Amino acid sequence: MQIYVCVKHVPDSAANIHILGKDQIDENVAFLLNPYDEHAVSEAASLKKANAGSEIIAVTVGKADADKTLRSAMAMGADRGLLVETDAACDSMTTARALVAAIKRDGTPDIILTGKESIDAEGMQTLFRVGAMMDMPVVTNAAGLTVDGANATVVCELSGGNTRTFETNLPCVIGAGRGLNTPAYPTFPDVVKARKKPVETISLDSLGIDAPKGSAKIVGLAPLVQNRTPKEITGTPAEQAAQIVNILKNEAKVIS
Amino acid sequence: MNQRMNKIGIIIETENGSVKETNFGMITLANRGNAQLYALMGENAASAGASLAEYGITTVVDLGLPEEATVRLNPDVRAKAVVAAVNELGLDGVFGLSSAEGKDLIPRVAAYLDAPLVMDCLDVDPENKTGRTSQYSGKVVADIQLTGDIAVFGIRPNAVKAEAAQAEATMVSLAAGADTSSALSLVSWDESSADDSQVSLAEADIIVAGGRGMKNGDNFSLLFDCADKMKAAVGASRVAVDEGWVPYAHQVGQTGEKVSPSVYIACGISGSIQHFAGMKTAKMIIAVNTDENAAMVANSDYYVLGDLFEILPEIIKQI
Ligand SMILES: Cc1cc2nc3c(=O)[nH]c(=O)nc-3n(C[C@H](O)[C@H](O)[C@H](O)COP(=O)(O)OP(=O)(O)OC[C@H]3O[C@@H](n4cnc5c(N)ncnc54)[C@H](O)[C@@H]3O)c2cc1C
Repeated sequence: MQIYVCVKHVPDSAANIHILGKDQIDENVAFLLNPYDEHAVSEAASLKKANAGSEIIAVTVGKADADKTLRSAMAMGADRGLLVETDAACDSMTTARALVAAIKRDGTPDIILTGKESIDAEGMQTLFRVGAMMDMPVVTNAAGLTVDGANATVVCELSGGNTRTFETNLPCVIGAGRGLNTPAYPTFPDVVKARKKPVETISLDSLGIDAPKGSAKIVGLAPLVQNRTPKEITGTPAEQAAQIVNILKNEAKVIS
Repeated sequence: MNQRMNKIGIIIETENGSVKETNFGMITLANRGNAQLYALMGENAASAGASLAEYGITTVVDLGLPEEATVRLNPDVRAKAVVAAVNELGLDGVFGLSSAEGKDLIPRVAAYLDAPLVMDCLDVDPENKTGRTSQYSGKVVADIQLTGDIAVFGIRPNAVKAEAAQAEATMVSLAAGADTSSALSLVSWDESSADDSQVSLAEADIIVAGGRGMKNGDNFSLLFDCADKMKAAVGASRVAVDEGWVPYAHQVGQTGEKVSPSVYIACGISGSIQHFAGMKTAKMIIAVNTDENAAMVANSDYYVLGDLFEILPEIIKQI
């Protein structure tokens, strides 16, 4: 199988985000492989194990520094990497076009795996655009994947513990959710080996993608400040409970 | 010049035959501009008209989905039906809830339309086609402006309060037999039963949540009892989920559900960045914690410094 995994280089969820100007963040923070993409790479590694002779190609769109995220993906099992390099901030429509162009130029995917969303932009859509452009079915928030020849069975998580099960044919696009697997973190030798694996850098311009007919542009960024003034509820537990009930009834008006 | 939206199609979610409450706030949001509002209905189009008109819907559209559940509930088929409606009615805006269902539907619609999308909007300015959403684990709010012929917005449930705006609604039925083919087959799903008393986390107006302070899974029955009494949903921190005290479906946070209830009652949750990422936009936060230095206390509207095992039973008794 030719297994493509789309990955993203994102700020660590614990990083302090500082806003520069009105539409940029200070990128001088720790970046890492998007956590949901880790599940996608892990799943790719399991598929490869079950299908001898498979190859895993990690693809990313980003700045030169995104090479680090490709190395992380390679330490977790990807064989090589494709970096579509651009300094521009790409929206999902452009990113999907770049990923599709890079994948098509490189080979013929049997499956494309990625995370269900990235933790920076939280856009939840690029995988669907890739699927539509490649004419492949898409299943997101996968919590279980079984590939049997050209057939895939995918269990997806909905809210409230509910699930949905889909069947489809390969090639398809799968958005990994947290329930899909437990990523095995790379050992030191894996990390060393990943340094020697090949990464092909392609400039976004050289892919010659058509301009999308729409765009999404950040026109303002602001820290999400919580303007709350904490007020203490005192008294005995019974008195405190009474005050909470009163607040729910008369201030928040959520119970009667 | 970025054209404003003139005709907005709003994907309506129904449950047990009626329109879910959370749709009305979304309609109110779409109604802030001067667009005509179309309700796009996968089911219950005939019966829902009156309640939708109360909030400003002028056309109720029956998407004409087939009866057969495996086809009708397939998100890929539904997305194609929405796309067909957009094309047939000449819509230039699409709104839908960023609910569990919506996350599997709205991006499909945007992808098929090849139109830009902002998911999980806390607010939308329909005149400027700008959606406000949270990014970077809820640390940042971003205003994202869409350009192009069609704009798509996913709206976080409960982000906007519904306001009545009585209109007259007419019915339109789209031809059945539209393209219902899909490379995806839905083979099974969990039926949410009519007597299911548990409220969905994303759409709940009140959430009572527990963290490591709950100490074990059995103690979560306190939260379920409390939630039962106030028609609330039960949330949990990742620690509570990782310990196996409650299923992952209850997790609130960056890697769980993102919620905007009217009230979030956090019991024994310290208030990590990742937990706040999922509930920062709650209108009111009430913290119950033994530690006065907990971040949850510092970022609450009301807090009780005390033992949740003493407070919760009292609340249950008094409601
Ligand atoms: C990539 C990543 C993603 C993550 N995603 C999430 C996520 O989505 N959601 C999430 O929640 N976390 C997430 N986390 C984990 C997060 O960092 C915290 O570890 C977690 O939220 C802490 O859970 P807690 O508040 O229950 O536990 P603790 O931080 O241990 O807090 C327990 C609290 O309970 C209080 N307490 C104890 N006993 C009592 C009592 N009897 N009465 C009242 N109060 C009491 C204590 O004072 C304390 O404040 C993520 C972490 C990472 C690295």
